[in-house]
Amino acid sequence: MFCEKAIEIIRELHRMGDGQLPAFNEDGIRQVLEEMKALYEQNQSDVNEAKSEGKSELIPTIKFRHCCLLRNQRCVTAYLYDRLLRIRALRWEYGSVLPTNIRFHMCAEELEWFNQYKKSLATFMRSLGGEEGLDITQDMKPPKSLYIEVRCLKDHGEFEIDDGTIILLKKNSQHFLPRWKCEQLIRQGVLEHIMS
Amino acid sequence: MSDALSDDASGGDDGQEDVMTPAELIGKLEEAWLNEKFSPELLENKSEMGECVMEQLTHMETNLQRVRRGDVKASVHRMEIDRIRFVLSSYLRSRLQKIEKFFPHVLEKEKSRVEGDPSFLSPEEFAFAKEYLANTETYLKAVALKHMPPNLQTVDMLKAVPEPCLDSFVFLRVRERQENILVEPETDDQREYVVDLDVDSQHLMRYRAIAPLVSSGAVQLI
Repeated sequence: MFCEKAIEIIRELHRMGDGQLPAFNEDGIRQVLEEMKALYEQNQSDVNEAKSEGKSELIPTIKFRHCCLLRNQRCVTAYLYDRLLRIRALRWEYGSVLPTNIRFHMCAEELEWFNQYKKSLATFMRSLGGEEGLDITQDMKPPKSLYIEVRCLKDHGEFEIDDGTIILLKKNSQHFLPRWKCEQLIRQGVLEHIMS
Repeated sequence: MSDALSDDASGGDDGQEDVMTPAELIGKLEEAWLNEKFSPELLENKSEMGECVMEQLTHMETNLQRVRRGDVKASVHRMEIDRIRFVLSSYLRSRLQKIEKFFPHVLEKEKSRVEGDPSFLSPEEFAFAKEYLANTETYLKAVALKHMPPNLQTVDMLKAVPEPCLDSFVFLRVRERQENILVEPETDDQREYVVDLDVDSQHLMRYRAIAPLVSSGAVQLI
């Protein structure tokens, strides 16, 4: 039956809940595009036949194929757009550098879209006033306390805080740091907030 | 809270048409923040207010540098700065998320705006929305659309991307008394259903019924 592959790729994406990004189904897309090409060519020849030989009984088939073409287009664009939404969420979750295992799941054009998106976002944030603008990807939660206890989960090297002190973030070291400085590192999995 | 701000009370608001105290400014920010958070559609652009808040934050930060290290006052002011920055960031994030979610409609609305009508996008948001549209169209073309049959190589974004649902229900508190608000229009089966809204009363209503009252400030979404 037509459009089955198109539904399959959507189902596969839908199965991965929680905003996870599965590998780009290049093969699936290719198959749908090939089906579209075949349907279109069959329609072309049928339209010519219907016109030149007046075979109006071909018209329902032509209409049916056209519906399948529209459905395939809609499924493919829905699949791609949903992936874009997940990729957009990654910028807000992980920051501007994506972990390599996620990058492997993206096709070249998606990486390009991501780069353009983060550029747009950066330009926008810089324009928000002040000297450097406002990084609105920070401060995701209302502030509860000024300083928080954090444990370092991996070696991250030196880290400077506002009053100039430099902290060495070594694996398993614990620190009492300003909350606003740690947010992004906590999201990236470098630091862990210790709640007593 | 106004302590840290009144240290440098002359900053920020000079030269504005209606001078607001810092406390009033932050009050306005919180109102705009709540409205934007709970409204299903993008509300009027308030970038001037955003810029004023940024200026205030900068002033507060500067004042904080002058306070003796370890002074208890510093922590309290630091918290205040963090809170205000959170509200501003959250406000801007709400807006950006709606711009991204409804991008073709937002752009269409702004383009068909009459000169003199309030704008819904700041120039920077407008640029961002245009870039988002271009980026997404380029991507879809490159990955799929250009490989499709000739008559299917475009997608009408206005049709493809859903519009905001103005019939969603919102909680609101009334600030200015309103009379004869139309809740349900008259149909063959029912008479029209109108209500009066008393000051300080709270309601749960369809957004569509009270949308103009949000922009005029007569109601506050909560």
